[in-house]
Amino acid sequence: MGEVLVLVEQVDGVVKKVTTELLTLAGSLGEPSAVWVGPGYSAAAEAILAEFGSSVVYVAESPELAAHPVAPKAEVLAHLVAEKAPVAVLVASTADGKEAAGRLAVRIDSGVITDAVAITADLIATQSVFGGSTVVHSRVTSGTPIFTVRPNATPPVASTGAAARSDVSISLSDGAKKASVTGSTAAVKGGRPELAEASIVVSGGRGVGSPEGFAVIEALADSLHGAVGASRAATDAGWYPHQYQVGQTGKTVSPQLYIANGISGAIQHRAGMQTSKTIIVVNKDAEAPIFELADYGVVGDLFSVVPQLTDEIAKRSA
Amino acid sequence: MKIAVCVKQVPDTWAEKKLRSDDSTLDREAADGVMNELDEYAVEEALQIGEAHGAEVTIVTMGPERAGETIRKALSMGADAGIHLVDDGLHGSDALATSYALATILEGRGFDLIIFGSESTDARMSVVPAMVAERMGLAQLTFAQKVEFEGTQVTIDRVTDSGYDTVTASLPAVLSVVEKINEPRYPSFKGIMAAKKKPVETLTVADAGLDMARVGASASWSAVVDFAARPPKAAGTVVTDEGNGGVKIADFLVGQKFI
Repeated sequence: MGEVLVLVEQVDGVVKKVTTELLTLAGSLGEPSAVWVGPGYSAAAEAILAEFGSSVVYVAESPELAAHPVAPKAEVLAHLVAEKAPVAVLVASTADGKEAAGRLAVRIDSGVITDAVAITADLIATQSVFGGSTVVHSRVTSGTPIFTVRPNATPPVASTGAAARSDVSISLSDGAKKASVTGSTAAVKGGRPELAEASIVVSGGRGVGSPEGFAVIEALADSLHGAVGASRAATDAGWYPHQYQVGQTGKTVSPQLYIANGISGAIQHRAGMQTSKTIIVVNKDAEAPIFELADYGVVGDLFSVVPQLTDEIAKRSA
Repeated sequence: MKIAVCVKQVPDTWAEKKLRSDDSTLDREAADGVMNELDEYAVEEALQIGEAHGAEVTIVTMGPERAGETIRKALSMGADAGIHLVDDGLHGSDALATSYALATILEGRGFDLIIFGSESTDARMSVVPAMVAERMGLAQLTFAQKVEFEGTQVTIDRVTDSGYDTVTASLPAVLSVVEKINEPRYPSFKGIMAAKKKPVETLTVADAGLDMARVGASASWSAVVDFAARPPKAAGTVVTDEGNGGVKIADFLVGQKFI
């Protein structure tokens, strides 16, 4: 079987969950090899990558690679594509990942498919487009296929195995060095998982009514170890920070469980969440279109239903 | 300073979008075309930079004839000139072809800054700004939620999944901006009247010096195998809260093994 390169997503040396999903997916397409770009590689990281199927880890750990945004990742991948002739390259569908895939596609003159939710063994990708209303199958017709894959698309499967480390060193192009990262500021998120890759997302909308109202949304999210999202109505009103907006102009999420509270379900919002596996809805208005998506819905006041649910979860998990 | 803003006409956000059965491209006739919402922030940012530092703002678009409406809108907001790449041969161009076409027409015109919206609301790929930076060998300053100038040095807050990075570069650079970086202005009546007299250069594939074999559907590096509307979701259970709505949801979550 041919080699499949997987670009590792990591924060401060910790491998993100989406990478374990991509390695699992890569294992169904060929022989997964992880590609690490930047400093911070460790035995712990290697153990995770090996556990999810990587038999080789290409490590490019020069600090210079983290000093410039995006382009170094594309250039390390381009170097490996030329050297190893993989059957495909998988990158997570994050902002950084998609841009790295785009630059790689230009650099190696290959086709790129973004936001895949599945890829078959013959490299046909499934995409869910137009806010999940249309399912498209497509394939790359030129060069080495590059795919960006949405978080939560593949359940990660652990196994036992070891990975061999292979060091990579490249010299960056002048273009890659023209922009420099001079600092990094973490958002305050109260220990919650990242919205884009969370398995459970609890969202609030217009019905939440105020910034203070989001306390009940956060409490429910915390009881399920989920992330908090918000509709555009709530972020536009300034009740919750903009970066948590789920929707056509915000984040697209596809968690195992999505709980929509006080959200009417306009196209703008549905476009960002309707591929969620299980959807729970709480809304006062029985006519709200969001109920069309509900696996389970309660017509009622979120300020009585949601705290009761939070209490029940605490009782039953105890 | 010379600024180019690349904009795209997309189907109205609120319209239902679908693919054409003949060539699997977006059916642009089926819905009203509007300027991609995120591009409005790009136009506004260019105008604000121009007001603060002095700049000539040129709007660049690629698309069918009616995409020219998007240029007019930006001109009525206050931009100075437009470039419209319009040619039947461009139909079906993918992101690689689009970035090639844009990079070719932007090259050699002396732009100090090329601004994009961070993504289009139809294709949602978010890759064209990075591809243009790669093709032109320019600094990539993308996903900016804040932009600051100090002479010819530009510094942005780049939005990431975990917060933001501070990224800096010297001009010339490619910039993309996220929603809410500013509050896009509405065109004034005076602006709309003035826009009618502003120059818009129309280019064909041949005028722009593009290689016909590298644009359009036939040059695409990827192909749609098939597509279908998502099957409608099976109706779920909806109950009215009688004081135990939270308990009922908890029961459901236990049944689904979430608790």
